[in-house]
Amino acid sequence: MNWMVWTVPTAGFFSTIALILAGMTVWQYFSPSIERKGFLPISTTRGDRLFIGLLSSAYIHLGIVGFTEFHVLVATAISVVWIVVLMRWG
Amino acid sequence: MNKIESNKGWFFVLPVFIVVAFSAVIPLMTVVNYSVQDVFDANTRFFTGTEWYREMLNNPQLQSALVRQFAFSFTILLIEVPLGIAVALMMPKKGWQASLALVLVSLPLLIPLNVVGTIWQLFTRGDIGLMGWGLRELGYAYNISRNSGDAWATIILMDVWHWTPLIALLCYSGLRAIPEAYYQAARIDQASRWAVFRHIQLPKLTNVLVIGVLIRFMDSFMIYAEPFVLTGGGPGSSTTFLSQALTAMAIGQFDLGPAAAFSIIYFLIILLVSWIFYTTIMHMQKDKTINK
Repeated sequence: MNWMVWTVPTAGFFSTIALILAGMTVWQYFSPSIERKGFLPISTTRGDRLFIGLLSSAYIHLGIVGFTEFHVLVATAISVVWIVVLMRWG
Repeated sequence: MNKIESNKGWFFVLPVFIVVAFSAVIPLMTVVNYSVQDVFDANTRFFTGTEWYREMLNNPQLQSALVRQFAFSFTILLIEVPLGIAVALMMPKKGWQASLALVLVSLPLLIPLNVVGTIWQLFTRGDIGLMGWGLRELGYAYNISRNSGDAWATIILMDVWHWTPLIALLCYSGLRAIPEAYYQAARIDQASRWAVFRHIQLPKLTNVLVIGVLIRFMDSFMIYAEPFVLTGGGPGSSTTFLSQALTAMAIGQFDLGPAAAFSIIYFLIILLVSWIFYTTIMHMQKDKTINK
């Protein structure tokens, strides 16, 4: 796998995404998601909220890395909190 | 209600999933890998973390290419979508005229992208090109390699010429799918031509327009060959769009790390805008059906 020039952070990143997707699949199997409306302007399913959460997290990372002096893990921490809030009340 | 759909069908999708993994997912993962490293060859590489991202996000050339890109994409959408609908409404509905119109309208779509660029390059030349020569004879000093306004107008015109047929064809098929009963009902109500368009044709076209707008947005956001052949990104960098800026960096300077970081940002922008388009239009439709 050397040709793919893996690094530990990217391997960790993709493993986390894969685990989240697998976890969501299992969760969906045992308790199917019902579309509902939270604080977001649109009604969403669980998967929609995860997608919105991940996409906005990407932008949170870009914003913090590109335009502030904070470490990238600050962005990750904010993103985790944001995704949890979004999944629960979004 | 605890009913769950049978998910066994997913196993049949497995072959496609494997193909997509190799054609899209793994290359994308490689790009992510490159974006956090400075790669010289398979054995010489350095981990740089988020440095490339910071550099790319603060690169003034890329920022202005991004602004130009949005200006371009929204301009052509604003022209192509209404124009495409208008063309579709005017196309003959049956008989040999319909077939002829379909062939004529779809001709530009059959031309490869770099050939389109070449055609317009010749067409706009001052000495032998019909448009370039004609405009000069009319007294306008038309020159796409000097005047950035001319270059912009020509690229937009070229894109409209090339891609309006796509919107027109999509809308044409959408219009043909409207049952005759709707029009009969409209005639009974003595609905005006505008009312028929506004309340029958346009709502029925929503689905094809969603697809049309999405395809056109993504495609125009990735436009490369046509402006590259026509203007080469010039004059100066006034028509250098994102993909050309990216190629210059990845191929020209062989800066794989920054180019990869930039590709990821590019991808995220397309993903976000496409998702916003899709969700907005789909929810507008859903609200409408609920209101009824």
